[in-house]
Amino acid sequence: MTESTMKAPKKALRPVKWMRENLFSGWFNTVLTLGVAYMLVTSVGPLLNWFFLDANFVGADASDCTGAGACWLFISQRLNFFIYGFYPDELQWRVDAMFLLLAVSFVPQFIERFPGRKWLGLFGIFGLPVVGYFLIPGGAFGLEEVQSSKWGGLMLTLILAYIGIVASLPIGILLALGRRSEMPIIRGICVVFIEVWRAVPLITVLFMASVMLPLFLPEGVNFEKLARALIGITLWQSAYMAEVIRGGLQAIPRGQYEAADALGLGYWRKMGLVILPQALKMVIPGIVNTFISLFKDTTLVLIIGLFDILGTVQSTVTDPAWQNVAIEGYVFVAFCFWVFCFGISRYSQNLERKLDTGHKT
Amino acid sequence: MGNPMTDQTQTSEMQTQSQAQSDKKPGIIRVEGMHKWYGDFHVLKDLNLTVDQGERIVICGPSGSGKSTFIRCINRLEEHQQGKIIVDGIELTDDVRHIDTVRREVGMVFQHFNLFPHLTVLENCCLSPIWVRKTPRKEAEASAMEYLERVKIPDQANKFPGQLSGGQQQRVAIARALCMKPKIMLFDEPTSALDPEMIKEVLDVMIELAGSGMTMLCVTHEMGFAKTVADRVIFMDGGEIVEEAPPHEFFTNPQEARTQKFLQQILAH
Repeated sequence: MTESTMKAPKKALRPVKWMRENLFSGWFNTVLTLGVAYMLVTSVGPLLNWFFLDANFVGADASDCTGAGACWLFISQRLNFFIYGFYPDELQWRVDAMFLLLAVSFVPQFIERFPGRKWLGLFGIFGLPVVGYFLIPGGAFGLEEVQSSKWGGLMLTLILAYIGIVASLPIGILLALGRRSEMPIIRGICVVFIEVWRAVPLITVLFMASVMLPLFLPEGVNFEKLARALIGITLWQSAYMAEVIRGGLQAIPRGQYEAADALGLGYWRKMGLVILPQALKMVIPGIVNTFISLFKDTTLVLIIGLFDILGTVQSTVTDPAWQNVAIEGYVFVAFCFWVFCFGISRYSQNLERKLDTGHKT
Repeated sequence: MGNPMTDQTQTSEMQTQSQAQSDKKPGIIRVEGMHKWYGDFHVLKDLNLTVDQGERIVICGPSGSGKSTFIRCINRLEEHQQGKIIVDGIELTDDVRHIDTVRREVGMVFQHFNLFPHLTVLENCCLSPIWVRKTPRKEAEASAMEYLERVKIPDQANKFPGQLSGGQQQRVAIARALCMKPKIMLFDEPTSALDPEMIKEVLDVMIELAGSGMTMLCVTHEMGFAKTVADRVIFMDGGEIVEEAPPHEFFTNPQEARTQKFLQQILAH
């Protein structure tokens, strides 16, 4: 270090000074600060009481919920139903195995130095749906068949979201490329597809999938309700995905397209090796946003009679054996959704940091 | 810009040039009566040019004269509407296979480098040899390192383009184009986006390349470069080729009034 280089001045952190400058500068801010502090003090106490101190954690049924706080018993007693729906108890190991595989595939993605985590991730994306396709419904390899009408709870939510996410991304990519294609027919088809699906509410898509689709199909051909919902969700989602990805494609400077062209890469290699890796990286926040909103939108399948986690909780809340447990139920559902959505969000930020190689061209 | 060429490179140039002379293929690029329009705007008007293998052509002219558009037509980054462009015996038409065949033999260096920012320098260089030429990875990497040494930045091979200076990026871009072992190299104002102190390092690489017998078409304002390496200088204005002459003649005795005016403006300071 030479004499002329200076250290950047350190910003001193002095709590009292900070508070005086930010919280108590002038009478108006002082009043606001005191008011907010009062609200915090008066609300945190009761909330803590309700959630933990006065809550009931142990017992066997509703009669054990004697405290004034939350009745968490309700959750622990009906947890099996919330997670598996009507999936037969003795076969639930199959679902557990899927949960385990899901965790094995994706938890290592948060650990930078985990050996072979790339392969685990690839298995999670491509292998897991295949394993699940055979394991969960059964009916092959000597596994007892379980009708999809018996699936429910968290497991169903995850299946819907997972298939929706994994299938909509590649379809979305193709639609986005198609919409920017120079071939008028392909472009036209993609534009119409995207504009039609994106303009329809998911509820409508689900209704159509469950009620109208069978009318168009020939006699005897009958999809399961779940499969129809999945197809509807996937196509609907891929229209959204396509527009997010198109944003990324348009943000790539023209020079990148030209350089790839000049190297003779040809269309698919140009897109796959040069343009998409950059475009997808750029729109990770948008893609994740779409994933998260899909994850939550899966609750809409309730209206076509599929019992996802919200559905199972809601039906139990009205169970006469349990009284006044609605709040506990909904808090539990919110918590489950939050855990998964927050996990997706954290992972995407992790990914963005890791892929950042600077975008100066 | 002085004469950046050392005596040593000059002699090696002579040698390679005489070698190249023997297998010179005439007319590796042939442009015949070529016109191009952007909508109703007539950008290129009746261009005719024949370039022999090993020839080094410098194209200059005021901005908006169509010189960049012209060389971008040669690997069909731009489409022409009338006339013929034949590169290495293949005519450029709408046929995508022809276009890709031509592009494999024609390297291009851009004003703004256009390196792929998500790939390292080495990966940038290996991408096309591996995926288009189907060269085994090991071989492609070894060959890429050779070219990176030739442009004098082998030590940056594992960095990302964003970590390099403009001059270094442009040299990587030259190496990337060379990795495809092209027969023709096109340069589209390769030094225009560079800071003055970096222009020389890029020009040195280009001069070395010119000495190796590569067929080069170069759009540039570097008149020093034109004087030292060009076999022919082409002056374009208003979408036309106004004058075409060996550099000595071009700079000392320009025939056309427009050329004289241009040279006065650019050599004035």
